[in-house]
Amino acid sequence: MSEMWTAKLRNKWQKDLPIEKLLPDDQPAYVVSWIYVFGVLTLAALAMIIFSGVILAFEGPAWYHISDTGLFINSLHFWSVQMFFVFMVVHLWGKYWMAAWRGNRFRTWATGAIAFVASIATAFTGYLVQTNFDSQWISFEAKDGFNAMGIGAFFNVTNLGQMLLLHVAFLPLLLGVITVIHVLMVRRRGVVPPIDAEPSLNGVER
Amino acid sequence: MTLSKQAKNAFDAAPWTGKTKKYDIVKEGSIAVAFVAIAAIVLSLVMGSPDEKPLTFKGWAVSNADNFYVTAVQEIAGTSGSATYGGPYNKASDGLNVGPFWLQKWAGITHPIDTVNEFVIAPLSTQVMSTEIASALATWKAASDSQKQNWATSYDDAITKVDGKLADVAAGAYGPVPALAQGLTDMAKGGALDAALLSQGGFFQTDNTKQVLFFGDGAYLDDAGTTANLQGGTWGMMNETGRYPGQAWLWLYSFWYQIPPFNNEESKPIGANADAYIMFIMGALSLGLILIPVIPGIKSLPMRIPIHRGIWRQYYEANGIKRRKK
Repeated sequence: MSEMWTAKLRNKWQKDLPIEKLLPDDQPAYVVSWIYVFGVLTLAALAMIIFSGVILAFEGPAWYHISDTGLFINSLHFWSVQMFFVFMVVHLWGKYWMAAWRGNRFRTWATGAIAFVASIATAFTGYLVQTNFDSQWISFEAKDGFNAMGIGAFFNVTNLGQMLLLHVAFLPLLLGVITVIHVLMVRRRGVVPPIDAEPSLNGVER
Repeated sequence: MTLSKQAKNAFDAAPWTGKTKKYDIVKEGSIAVAFVAIAAIVLSLVMGSPDEKPLTFKGWAVSNADNFYVTAVQEIAGTSGSATYGGPYNKASDGLNVGPFWLQKWAGITHPIDTVNEFVIAPLSTQVMSTEIASALATWKAASDSQKQNWATSYDDAITKVDGKLADVAAGAYGPVPALAQGLTDMAKGGALDAALLSQGGFFQTDNTKQVLFFGDGAYLDDAGTTANLQGGTWGMMNETGRYPGQAWLWLYSFWYQIPPFNNEESKPIGANADAYIMFIMGALSLGLILIPVIPGIKSLPMRIPIHRGIWRQYYEANGIKRRKK
């Protein structure tokens, strides 16, 4: 095998995640529950959040206070976030009760859980940059928790500029990267078999 | 006969070789996006989104001038919440701790705030003033630090003694402090303090720390939070203004603030340092969430409580697989 880094990466990629796994046209017959829908719904809500968020970013944080169109786009952003969390929490609980980390899928679970935590941080900064009464209240109240941990020394929730930049740049990028890794891991490992699945049905000898 | 742990893991990890069915991942994704988009559009058109106007210093000083005035005196005397806060704003207190961890203190003063000068003297100095205020400012600036402290403390104590009823405050040697507080109150009433506090003599500004802190020192913001059901002690962290859903995902974070000893500031050490303890607990629980697959007991619950029998019911029924004893 080639010693080139590029070739090594390509070979590993082709072995672990061929295009058939990335874009499959079949899946195990046991995938028939509604619970499976919530992962893709979470992704769809994230797409909606990014779409509406990009429009809001173009117009600036105060736009929606004075424009009906702005308020509508802000509402899209708001409700997409609400749906995003509902879908993600159902997805998370579903995967827990399926013990979906079985079969070397620990990292799939872990990246999903990290994405959940990163989502909370991203949403939190969003609440801080609404530039309304809610932001005033949340920033005054939340500073105490962060200050108590010494985090407030560099993550200042009362600094609108800092929160805005983190909300529209760093945190979505972080969440986006974690989400992509998570989804690629799901595609690579496939959907976890049922608990108590019968190997002999798959031609596996006991 | 049951599979060994290793064999079971190998089976779970291996590509599925059993029955499969057609699956159009692109179609599924497209339908999901369409569904979410339609739901978001309908909700947005019907419900809109929350947007309560921010409070202003003008609103505070007009609606509750006495409270604003008293708060201004506290900022001058160094007895307000901000003036006595500690890190990252000043060294007036060590801040919160969890056992030997004084993280707030250790993180240092990264956003220094001098409440007397930045909340009162500097904003007042930006104004065209009456002779009385100009004279009070000149007297204040010329006085020694100990003199300033004596005036301010005496006046603050006198106000505290009569529970903030300004009309009942006894005469005393308060120097220019009453005039400064009155000048700031008048400035706030006219609307000039909102801009002066933010700009601090500059042009571009994106940091609202000083405004937010000063605001929280009085009763105006707190009362508004109570009216809007946003107080932390009553699950307010999860609430939103108006009729909208809030950050429901913060339920566990909010939960700790509802129960003893966290909800009792008098209870030492935990209640008095609740913000720090709860952050630690939530940090540990977040780590726990990530590590669930390796935490004994929690990782086995899904095998013991047969919710999976419902999720994969068709598979179990089609293949006649009974539940195994764990």
